[in-house]
Amino acid sequence: MKLTIQVNEGPYQHQSADTAYYFAKAAVEKGHEIFRIFFYHDGVNNGTRLTTPPQDDRNIVNRWTELAQAHNIDMVVCVAAAQRRGIVDDGEAQRNGKDATNIAPGFRISGLGQLIEGGVQSDRLIVFGD
Amino acid sequence: MAMLHLVNKSPYDGCSLNTASTIMKDGDQLLLIEDGVYGAIKSGKAAGLLKGLKVAVLGPDLAARGIAEDKLLDGVDVIDYGGFVDLVTATDNVQSWL
Amino acid sequence: MSDVKKFMYVNRKAPYGTIYAWESLEVVLIGAAFEQDVSLAFMDDGVYQLTKGQNTAGIGMKNFSPTYSALGDYEVNKIYVDKESLEERGLTLDDLQHLVWEDEDEDYAEKDSIRLVTRAEMADLLAEQDVLFNF
Repeated sequence: MKLTIQVNEGPYQHQSADTAYYFAKAAVEKGHEIFRIFFYHDGVNNGTRLTTPPQDDRNIVNRWTELAQAHNIDMVVCVAAAQRRGIVDDGEAQRNGKDATNIAPGFRISGLGQLIEGGVQSDRLIVFGD
Repeated sequence: MAMLHLVNKSPYDGCSLNTASTIMKDGDQLLLIEDGVYGAIKSGKAAGLLKGLKVAVLGPDLAARGIAEDKLLDGVDVIDYGGFVDLVTATDNVQSWL
Repeated sequence: MSDVKKFMYVNRKAPYGTIYAWESLEVVLIGAAFEQDVSLAFMDDGVYQLTKGQNTAGIGMKNFSPTYSALGDYEVNKIYVDKESLEERGLTLDDLQHLVWEDEDEDYAEKDSIRLVTRAEMADLLAEQDVLFNF
């Protein structure tokens, strides 16, 4: 099946980002296709490359990057939610006059249309949040 | 059509399990994940909400919270993330009671 | 050309205390352009989103409640409100905004967008959806 996953919460604060990750991993291991993982609300904070979690704890951001790269998964951070919360790529930095970027590898910033398209194109949408 | 209902909050913290249980129809599947697994403990008041429902719980979330499987209501299936994926594909849509 | 899917946006949280109500509406507005069969469901504390008379000046937040009245223009006109959730909260239909849409098939006659439903009716509605958005 083709699956789209929506992640509504940031790393560490809620378990949602973890559960979503393990679900996605299990899905690809079973041969399903993840059409897109869409990060909304505080979920956009999964896409910052500036986290330094303790050495003995899981690195949520890197884990997403590795999963996406291993299985060619499209990970999209909602542009409106990202602007509110300060997740920035080169394009956003230029457009909004920011002096830095922080987007993590494997993530791209795009519009809510990507979430809707995920719903249209996939067999199932699964939402992880609070 | 059979729905998959996900509840991730404890029944003692908000109304998600209560509302979900009133929406579930015959053939629907309930999966308790994250803090939602507390709802399946048989000695808890909330166990009554699960009467007559098809219930599964995510094993890793039980273990994390130190809940032994013999503390669960009879008939509750303990599954892993692979089983979670299978429930998604075996049902027609997914409602996350956040 | 793919089949039209039934999309439902489920709202269960009160406005302003968290951002979910507003950011959910933003998805609805963008989603309207995708020509799917769209409906909104308001249950539990979500029913508070539709109340009249919201004045946010004192909390310094944007009052987004007028946006609900624009939904009709976006052809989003199936707004299901759970009766039981209203009653539990001591609310009636009168406490909610009067949301309408214009039916171009009936000479642009103004019709109500809000449909009060019982829990059982809401269950049936959820069951028939292809895609359920929750926030």
